[in-house]
Amino acid sequence: MKFCFKCNEANHQCDKHQYDELHFFEVLVMKIHLFLCRRCREYSKRNKRLTDTLSSANLHLLPEEEKTKLKNKLKAEMRKDAHP
Amino acid sequence: METLNPEKWIDNYADYLYNYTIVRVNDHIVAQEIVSETLLAAWRARKNFKGEATERTWLTAILKRKIIDHYRKVNSAKGQAEISMSYPSPEMEGDWLEENIADSQNRNIEDMLENEELRLAILKCLKQLPEKQAEIFRMKTIEGIDTETICKEHQITPSNLWVIIHRARKSMSACLEKNWFN
Repeated sequence: MKFCFKCNEANHQCDKHQYDELHFFEVLVMKIHLFLCRRCREYSKRNKRLTDTLSSANLHLLPEEEKTKLKNKLKAEMRKDAHP
Repeated sequence: METLNPEKWIDNYADYLYNYTIVRVNDHIVAQEIVSETLLAAWRARKNFKGEATERTWLTAILKRKIIDHYRKVNSAKGQAEISMSYPSPEMEGDWLEENIADSQNRNIEDMLENEELRLAILKCLKQLPEKQAEIFRMKTIEGIDTETICKEHQITPSNLWVIIHRARKSMSACLEKNWFN
């Protein structure tokens, strides 16, 4: 475990943190980096804001397989009209 | 003047229409059926599109009718409940305390509309990401699929995944900064 790392590593850790994929010790090391680095602090702030915004939107996306089914249904309907 | 582009309907509007429906019917399967019925109905009614509204507005209008039809069907199956109400004396008519209280429903409607716009902004930003990046980002962030499954499906390593997620998050942040926060 490294106690200090470069900014791009800190940013990746910050990304992982948005998905709760950091262990306690990794969070601690990341926080030390953020305390010392203003640029990463700014990135972390924006990253957190993105996470909050996405979760407040309560977004649901249509699963890909449903989209494919729907495309086929619509194409079949279009073909019916082309060759009634 | 707007024109219809039915080949692109699913890519461009399926997520938006699905979201619009799911917050109103609260059931994934029913929402998928309603979206499917809407797009098929839109195709059959394409000659009625005058080009005065946008394609999305027109599809949403059809969707709204489909959602109402769904509730009509559900309610007619249940049997209708009747509520009757009368004022205790003619002088009190229209003077109930409740009628002077702000309707808490209004706030919910405002919230719903704001969320609608936010979802639209997010979907717009997602469309601007490169295809693979968008797919991985939506799997990881919106669908909450675990890293291992995504890596297997896309045949990438976890560190590749995090690089892709990092790029996607940066683009999404910048895009929402421009289209939503400001």
